[in-house]
Amino acid sequence: MMTMEEFYAAKARTLIGSLTFSAEDIIRFATDFDPQPFHLDAEKARHSLFGGLCASGWHTCAGWMQCFVKFWRNEQRRLAAEGLRAPNLGPSPGFRDLKWLKPVYAGDTITYFVTFLESRSLASKPGWRINTILCEGENQHGEPVIRFESRVIEFV
Amino acid sequence: MLYFEDFSEGRRFDYKPVEMKPKEMIAFASEFDQQPMHLDEEAGKRSILGGLAASGWHTSAIGMRMMLDAFMGNSSSQGSPGIDFMDWRKPVIAGDVLSGFSLVVEARRSKSKPDLGIVKFRNEINNQAGEPVAVSECSVLFRCREKGKA
Repeated sequence: MMTMEEFYAAKARTLIGSLTFSAEDIIRFATDFDPQPFHLDAEKARHSLFGGLCASGWHTCAGWMQCFVKFWRNEQRRLAAEGLRAPNLGPSPGFRDLKWLKPVYAGDTITYFVTFLESRSLASKPGWRINTILCEGENQHGEPVIRFESRVIEFV
Repeated sequence: MLYFEDFSEGRRFDYKPVEMKPKEMIAFASEFDQQPMHLDEEAGKRSILGGLAASGWHTSAIGMRMMLDAFMGNSSSQGSPGIDFMDWRKPVIAGDVLSGFSLVVEARRSKSKPDLGIVKFRNEINNQAGEPVAVSECSVLFRCREKGKA
């Protein structure tokens, strides 16, 4: 089994998928988790700083995760077909420097990317590593809407 | 209604407790985070998380909801530019009861927009044993009650 670093260190950013944010989905997510007027009501949103109905930032984050899980499943299959075993990824201990750079408006399609940044071994757990990955999303005009650095545990 | 001026440094807002229900955890994970430990109790038990565990993004979204119910839902919030960090410190397991608080660590007027202020919060979500499960710092923009009085 190879490590994530061996697979991705030399690679530039990789497209992992896209998600279209319908008004219905934006309102459904916000009703559960982020019921602020600019995520729930188009008319009220027009009078907010955003100027239109837009997704909760957490919805934009969850969209990245949705795309990454599907992407990773495909990578595991692709590598298996080449007779290789994909790195064993575990839970994430968190993220940092998350920026919601532009609102995600109803009807926008966000394309998500991942870029491998660095890897270090965990002194406390032999065979375990922590990878740092850059996560990004762009709207259909090519404008960045979200970026954050996430950490992912990898183990043998 | 809370405006920027109401967020003095050191002010603390406590969250109402929220129980993590398996059905809701699985529904969230089915849409956004289809990993076995978030979808299935047996798979969760076999994982290093030790049980059916919430997606970190679900815990974060619940944290957002707890902030809104505690104070932001009755405020002049104009959204957030971002999160400095989010540490998912412990697994959130089905049946856990989460609570916690947001603490104002910094409050300053916007230099470019006189009717806005930026408030930095430290947010801690704890489980029923009092253990922190998610700790973060974020900034939120609020409209001011009075314009331009820095």
